[in-house]
Amino acid sequence: MRPIKPLFSYGPVPTYRMLLCAVLAFGLMFAEHRFSAVESARSHMTSIVAPIQWLVSLPSEGVRWGAMAFSDKQSLIDENGRLREQLLTLSNRVQRMASLTAENVHLRELLHAPNPDDVPYITAELLSLDSDPFTQQMVINRGRRDGVYIGQPVMDASGLIGQVVSVSAYTSRVLMVADANHAVPVEINRNGLRFIAQGTGQLDTLDIPSVPATADIREGDLLVTSGLGGRFPQGYPVARVTEVKRESSQAFMEVTAEPIAQPERSRYFLLLFPPSPPDASGLGDPESMARQIVWPGDPAHPDAHRVSEAALKAALRLQAEGAP
Amino acid sequence: MGLFGYLFVWFTLLLALCLQVMPLPDAWLVWRPDWLGVLLAYWCVATPQRVGVIHGFVLGLLLDLIEGAPLGQNALTLSLLAYLFLLLYQRFRVYSIWQQAVLVFVLLGIGQLVEQWLRTIFGPVSVSLEFLIPALIGALLWPWLFTMMQAVRRRLGIG
Repeated sequence: MRPIKPLFSYGPVPTYRMLLCAVLAFGLMFAEHRFSAVESARSHMTSIVAPIQWLVSLPSEGVRWGAMAFSDKQSLIDENGRLREQLLTLSNRVQRMASLTAENVHLRELLHAPNPDDVPYITAELLSLDSDPFTQQMVINRGRRDGVYIGQPVMDASGLIGQVVSVSAYTSRVLMVADANHAVPVEINRNGLRFIAQGTGQLDTLDIPSVPATADIREGDLLVTSGLGGRFPQGYPVARVTEVKRESSQAFMEVTAEPIAQPERSRYFLLLFPPSPPDASGLGDPESMARQIVWPGDPAHPDAHRVSEAALKAALRLQAEGAP
Repeated sequence: MGLFGYLFVWFTLLLALCLQVMPLPDAWLVWRPDWLGVLLAYWCVATPQRVGVIHGFVLGLLLDLIEGAPLGQNALTLSLLAYLFLLLYQRFRVYSIWQQAVLVFVLLGIGQLVEQWLRTIFGPVSVSLEFLIPALIGALLWPWLFTMMQAVRRRLGIG
């Protein structure tokens, strides 16, 4: 008697393949977490998916182009008028800026302080906002070929957007200030008090943790980058304080702020090239820590060079003598 | 299934990948159906001997690269999803189409849950039950997608 032909004659359930894939996936995740070599391998592999990124950005490009092609004369005239008005305002401001800059240079010369250089930049265009609802990132059309590097600050027309977190040959990925993984050192423009602005995962909210209950901070205060940490140049607007909650029983206040940059509306960005801090990798622990806080040539602290060098040397000598 | 069939499978899967990463306004993102999961599920159920875990792994890696997620996060999720569908594909043959949709919701939901767990391992995220919406919408789309894909597959003589 022949055995009954089984109804489903396919092979066994692919448990081994699943195990293999799981081991591979965990291995990749672990390796990326630990070894920087994976980072560079990844940036090369990202070039493979560049065609897909370009392809999926086509429909929105098409919609934009269509909206422009079919928009009526009146709205174009309106837009033209608005842009002219803006141009007038801005050129007025630029004229005032020129005289102020000249005055500033003159005053600095009187004080024998070095002049801060202009921060060079390149422009970039948005390729895609992140397709993942739980992170705040975007992809722009400049990459390693244009000199973009990891950690580079990114601006839009109104304020700080975030920083570059990964770079491939032609594109790079920007982590926005509103992402839950992002924090930026800021100071209040009015009085120079320094804080950290942390992302919350929502585009319109930043958290300012650890504000003492006695700190002078008000709703409407402008927060600008403080330049500490050496990653962001000093003085670029980041956020405006929207809410200050003071409770008498608490030692700290709850402060929230709204980012000034508008990543949802901007299409063009500036990638800044701030003067780089000196390489601290070869130095000892205390010295490298001291240099991270204030580094010579920092436009935020133009005269910090002499002071910090002298103080640093004295402190290090004291420490060397004091140590048995 | 010949070369043409393989090309067709990869074409539809890459199309689903494009839909998955298509830029959308921020408020709509959570309402995007899990295109890649649903289509991978379809091919696992329709041709379990040809499409499986490895396909999920490769597509997941591509998705990781595009989304900038930790390398391997989506690869693990999608290969697990393919594995679950391969375990249960025989049931799909006897279920009615709406029973299938319920099962699809449960499995896609498990996939999304694993993805959320992996996210919380790698950094702070705001967790809410919203992550189940893509699975729910994907499951609601299942009857139409299944019927349509079966018709297309018969017409082209694949499988």
